[in-house]
Amino acid sequence: MTVDETIRQVLADHGRLAVPVDSLSDDTDLFGAGMTSHASVNVMLALEDAFDFEFSEKMLKKSTFVSIAAIRSGVLELTGG
Amino acid sequence: MHTSNVAPMTRAGDVAARMTAIADEVAGPAAADVDDRARFPTETIEALKAEGLLAALVPVEFGGGGASLEEVSQGLVSLGRRCASSAMVVAMHHIQVACLVRHGRSEALQNYLQELAGHQYLLASATTEVGTGGDVRSSVCALEVTDGHFRLEKQAPVISYADDSDAVLVTARRTADSPESDQVIVLCRPPGLELEQVGEWNALGFRGTCSTGFVLRATGDADEVFPESYADISTHTMLPMAHLMWSSVWLGIASDAVDLARRFVQREARRKPGTTPPAALRLAEVTVVHQQFVDMVQSSLARFAAAGTDADRLSSIGFGVGMNALKVSSSTLVVDIVRECMLICGLASYRLDTPFSLGRHLRDAMGASLMVNNDRIMANNAQMLLVLRGE
Repeated sequence: MTVDETIRQVLADHGRLAVPVDSLSDDTDLFGAGMTSHASVNVMLALEDAFDFEFSEKMLKKSTFVSIAAIRSGVLELTGG
Repeated sequence: MHTSNVAPMTRAGDVAARMTAIADEVAGPAAADVDDRARFPTETIEALKAEGLLAALVPVEFGGGGASLEEVSQGLVSLGRRCASSAMVVAMHHIQVACLVRHGRSEALQNYLQELAGHQYLLASATTEVGTGGDVRSSVCALEVTDGHFRLEKQAPVISYADDSDAVLVTARRTADSPESDQVIVLCRPPGLELEQVGEWNALGFRGTCSTGFVLRATGDADEVFPESYADISTHTMLPMAHLMWSSVWLGIASDAVDLARRFVQREARRKPGTTPPAALRLAEVTVVHQQFVDMVQSSLARFAAAGTDADRLSSIGFGVGMNALKVSSSTLVVDIVRECMLICGLASYRLDTPFSLGRHLRDAMGASLMVNNDRIMANNAQMLLVLRGE
């Protein structure tokens, strides 16, 4: 799976969104789409498992998880991609 | 002094002292009646209004007192010593005012803030809702906005002192199509506000907060919907403010209990000079715990002040875990301290007709761990700790 596919799969499994993941654009506000702060913690954990890294302290904030584009940039920063 | 009709707050720095004077002269003498009859502490709130103190946290440029949170916290400790119900009403009001000050960025809300300072309005809050299982971060009701006006109906299991307030800040889903977590907060006030009471408030403690249920129906200007999401307002301001202000009230209850215990031990000591009363050691122990409580509230106020309006700091996991820990600790300590003080004062504290009676203290203290149940808060922390990194 590509990075984007993995992110979308994690969101589908753990984001508890009110809309199908396929309907999201890269910039859709995930919190506006129904992701709670609880769900975002699970998304974070699943991303760490999928990519085998740990988000750094400074990345543990809402803006890191606000959209697929934001998550992708965080993932790429940590995987050196 | 409280009959003065000089409302504007022009003196900075003496907010705590003036709240303390009202606590001693007005709230204390009325406390037993407020508790007995489970009635709103009208005289205390009127005295605070007459002194301009309901706008203590409103910036000076909006006509308020420009006081620091430390000053208001100290004032709440004083009120909590004399009448915890009064203190809790004032605490809840200041939490709402802080949300308005920090997040009410629309012109309409800024105008309202000025009006609040001028008229000394009392703000209430409706965050809980029938059907959400006590989770304030989700809503069933939704705003309907048409032609610049909103309409809202909410089944609120609790709106404290709603009948005596001038406006209510209410959470709701942003639109009828929004998921339950996509919430906004909206100012609801007369003449567009209708409150239909459901049930009565007859509780063990905090009886003067009049925390009955209501069906709330409101219409108003869509500009009075806060521009930011409730999720952000809650994380950045409402939750930390609530835990800080409530803790100040509970510290007041604990502080008065320790004062009574100390007076009791000193009275015993005077009867037998040269012999340290047996309860003196227990007093020394409870004083250690009380100091932990004082210092924890102080350091938490400093932590919040240091975060300022930095969204990243306020929404960091470490900050959230810390503010939740404050609530759990202080609501536990207040009960521990009151119980220890009862052991020190013995039957004099158990009886309801002595100067050392601690019955009301105990009843009020027991509410602390239930208002937003500690188990819910611990569950939130448990989840956040799954991803917290060390400093």
